[in-house]
Amino acid sequence: MPLLELRDVTVAYGRIEAVRGISLTVDPGELVTLIGANGAGKTTTMRAISGIRPLARGSIWFDGRDITRMKAHDRVLAGIVQAPEGRGVFPGMTVLENLDMGAYGRKFDSKAEHDDALGRVFALFPRLDERKKQAGGTLSGGEQQMLAIGRALMARPRLLLLDEPSMGLAPQMIQQIFRTISEINAAGTTVLLVEQNAQQALSRSDRAYILETGEVSTSGPGKELLADPAVKRAYLGVA
Amino acid sequence: MTGTAIGKPRTADRPHGGTGDRVRLWWDALPRQTQWLFGIPAFALVAALPVLRPPVLTTVGTDFGGVLAQFGMYALLAVGLNVVVGQAGLLDLGYVGFYAIGAYTVALLTSPNSPWNLTDDWLSRSWGWLFALPIAIAITAVSGLILGSPTLRLRGDYLAIVTLGFGEIVRLLADNLSDITGGGRGLSSIAYPVVGTSEKRPFGVFSAGNTQHAPTYGVWWFWLSLILLAITLILIGNLERSRVGRAWVSIREDEDAAEIMGVPTFRFKLWAFVIGASIGGLSGALYAGQVQFVVPSSFNVINSMLFLCAVVLGGQGNKLGVIAGAFIVVYLPNFFLGRTSLLGIPIDGNTIANYKYLFFGLALIVLMIFRPQGLFPARQKLLTYGRELYVAARRAAGYGKPAPEPTTEQGGAS
Repeated sequence: MPLLELRDVTVAYGRIEAVRGISLTVDPGELVTLIGANGAGKTTTMRAISGIRPLARGSIWFDGRDITRMKAHDRVLAGIVQAPEGRGVFPGMTVLENLDMGAYGRKFDSKAEHDDALGRVFALFPRLDERKKQAGGTLSGGEQQMLAIGRALMARPRLLLLDEPSMGLAPQMIQQIFRTISEINAAGTTVLLVEQNAQQALSRSDRAYILETGEVSTSGPGKELLADPAVKRAYLGVA
Repeated sequence: MTGTAIGKPRTADRPHGGTGDRVRLWWDALPRQTQWLFGIPAFALVAALPVLRPPVLTTVGTDFGGVLAQFGMYALLAVGLNVVVGQAGLLDLGYVGFYAIGAYTVALLTSPNSPWNLTDDWLSRSWGWLFALPIAIAITAVSGLILGSPTLRLRGDYLAIVTLGFGEIVRLLADNLSDITGGGRGLSSIAYPVVGTSEKRPFGVFSAGNTQHAPTYGVWWFWLSLILLAITLILIGNLERSRVGRAWVSIREDEDAAEIMGVPTFRFKLWAFVIGASIGGLSGALYAGQVQFVVPSSFNVINSMLFLCAVVLGGQGNKLGVIAGAFIVVYLPNFFLGRTSLLGIPIDGNTIANYKYLFFGLALIVLMIFRPQGLFPARQKLLTYGRELYVAARRAAGYGKPAPEPTTEQGGAS
């Protein structure tokens, strides 16, 4: 049984349908990527999954349950946690306070468990440990991205949604973020990734879906798509 | 940018730092008992102001006690509005509506002009006010719920406009439902608590007739509002330090991000609205009892702006700051009222007082340029594990005396 399943999902902004009848699945433990050009509907799909955006048609299933009508904050408790596009860190809160907000819906049995969760995030992103008393808004772009991912991990997600984690980052930082995403996935967290950086994303993901103007045009294992001439032409800049 | 700026003082890390921060750090680091030791005398000093009547501070044009009573009510309003605007970040321009509902509830239940008057029936006039007080708070809370549930789906400017409309609707209802509210003539002879009757004060200390002998009725209402303010502050302070407070701050900072962190944003926005409203209602009930007379014109929209001015001036999100803001907003115009000279310079105090909206407007503009966070900006303490950690963390960041070893810090270097 897939962990997440989208069945014929349509999302509309007014009369404009940004996403038109998408169906996709994410199996437990997988790293699945959604790639596509600007305006293909990637972020809208993410917002629909996390519950910020209502569906016009279709249904979303998580762990065998229909969550189409579930509120966004309840989906977090169910295990779907998003690191939003543009990072969405709380600018006036310190790094530590931001991370604490990530665990808002989670009950810790003891302080040790809390420290352990925090320790894991700091192990993945030592930079956050160095800056934990700094206000979120004063971090660099890459650090904010780390914070957004770290904050999402504090909620102990069963499915981690990452929306364009490489956006606006320096090449070296992109490498590091992707390596960390692979690490998170290898440690057992299912990841659904939205990316424009097709090269990096495809080479690291188990499977991928390619979105074009709100519809799934191609899907398959990441490595296969990487070799697909049509994909190469459209997304990898190879003639 | 990505260098190794670890451990050295970084005042720029937070939006603002400096003397205020140092005072705050010193205060936060004090044990609770010591804080009370400082706090109670300070509170007593404020309460004693109208008895001490300090020479320059005492108003000349109007009764000092009355001014302080008004300050007490505005302080409550500022604290209530601060929950909505400062904590949850919801711009409410119709807060005066709740103030009016609180005042009119008491008036309708206890004024002989009202069709719903209970005091000529089974309720004694001595206890009518006290009886109406919790009802006023409850009704304003419900009105907050009624206003909030449809409108809190709106954001930013849209919410501001709808709440502005709400404030006007309440006033217009009071003005036009003449059969019930007396329309523009208002409702008079509202009940007040009759306590402390004596030869000199035949109607008790809270009676508007108690003006001949100090302390006057204004002073007594000031004391009453101070007590209610203290209770409110303790309750609100506890809320702010709890998960509710964290939810409010996260909503203020980024509502979408808060929602996907698992914060039920709508519910907490509604809570902020309801709590803010009920405090406004409490203040309104005090007002009705003190003045013993309500008319719609006392609840103009400009009052909402004045309340908001107190909050913004004082520092959104800082409870004590907004109380200082309320003091400025109430006291300054009254300070100038009737004054003909200041420090030997002849001034026309009455004119200055009359132009108070102009001066507050200018003050706000200047403030927005030089100190947008307000005179006494807020500092959040949100960590799950207590203020000791907060102090340790701030010390380690180099804000105060260096701590020997931040052993209590969370996570550590893992």
